[in-house]
Amino acid sequence: MSELFKAIQQNRDSILKEWLDSIRAASRRRDLIDDRELEVQTSEVVAAIVDAPAGTTLQDFGAPGWQPLKDLLSSLSASRAALGFTPSETALFVLSLKPALFTIVREQAGNHAEQLFLGVTTVNDFVDRLALHTTDSFISARNQVIARQQEEMLELSTPVVTLWDGIVALPLIGTLDSARTQVVMESLLQAIVQTNSRFAIIDITGVPTVDTLVAQHLLKTITAARLMGAECILSGIRPQIAQTIVHLGINLSDITTKARLADAFKVALERTGRSVTRTTKPAGSVATATREL
Amino acid sequence: MERIPILRMGNFLLVTIQVDMHDKLALTLQDDLTNRIAEVGAKGVLIDISSLEIVDSFIGRTLANIASMARVLDAETVVVGMQPAVAITLVELGMSLPGIHTALNVESGMEFLRQIVPDYREKDDDGDYTED
Repeated sequence: MSELFKAIQQNRDSILKEWLDSIRAASRRRDLIDDRELEVQTSEVVAAIVDAPAGTTLQDFGAPGWQPLKDLLSSLSASRAALGFTPSETALFVLSLKPALFTIVREQAGNHAEQLFLGVTTVNDFVDRLALHTTDSFISARNQVIARQQEEMLELSTPVVTLWDGIVALPLIGTLDSARTQVVMESLLQAIVQTNSRFAIIDITGVPTVDTLVAQHLLKTITAARLMGAECILSGIRPQIAQTIVHLGINLSDITTKARLADAFKVALERTGRSVTRTTKPAGSVATATREL
Repeated sequence: MERIPILRMGNFLLVTIQVDMHDKLALTLQDDLTNRIAEVGAKGVLIDISSLEIVDSFIGRTLANIASMARVLDAETVVVGMQPAVAITLVELGMSLPGIHTALNVESGMEFLRQIVPDYREKDDDGDYTED
């Protein structure tokens, strides 16, 4: 079969030309990639195939000789993922190489049906593996993006805001799972230490459902804050959630709960010896000021 | 033998834990502290654990025990400066230390003690509360 490989090496230019033709026929994504770049990419791939070190065979795709080709295809599919190609379009780019190679096989085999069949199978197998490798790297590149976004989302989703000296608030948005609650708990406790806050308001307006697990996580956070010397106020419990909490038999009686974040804030201000008063009559907009007692 | 110093400030006792607590040290502290409370008639105990990085269930239980013993001896206990990691560990161990008062730092801890100990007065030179 090394004769086939030799024939491929000798016909590099015709392969390149035929490949480009079939890509242009198959692909409708000229908007995403221009012809010149496509030519550069195809010639790079063909070069990587043709310049494979001696002893590397088409049958053995796992051979170290194909490593440069694999790396090249990985980087190609990563860049295509970034450009917005679909996985099938990316695979099609590699699969379009088949007709060009089949031409070589036919020329070489002539009338020998057996040799033709053998050549076609080999080429088919080789190109399929190339395409699979491309798809694999395409998906792993996507997965990396997803994992990074998840991490970023986790960080973004737990902001601790300072409402006043010694009062911090944690507005929770989205479903709470164990991993997220751990981050929430840690960032709240860190913020309590850093800002030296005696009061922490946990607002769960944005939490869609509260089950036993979420409630347990909340209770743990509140207990941990209490152990550090801070008091937690729970706010933003929606009627639905209030019903669920009672039905589940969760005991929140030791915890101060308020309907709105504003009410919780008012309680915290009162307990730190402050009160909210209106200083002037509302002229268009309501003006309020916080006065220290 | 290693001991944790207990300082007296008027009616209050001040304990600052600045070394790694091991079981024996915790028991020694429990012994010393109860003795001191009885000796000076302390009304409040402040335990600063801001330097404590590692706790286990035994240390947690000893802290709870110290607080209960102090209450029997007519003194309130406040634990101040617990690190987030320590708090999380205790909660995960299922120890919410329900009988213990907590505060963020020594300053707010002392303020809290002054509030809950109603007749906070320094003893006279002759060791009683009378005016003469």
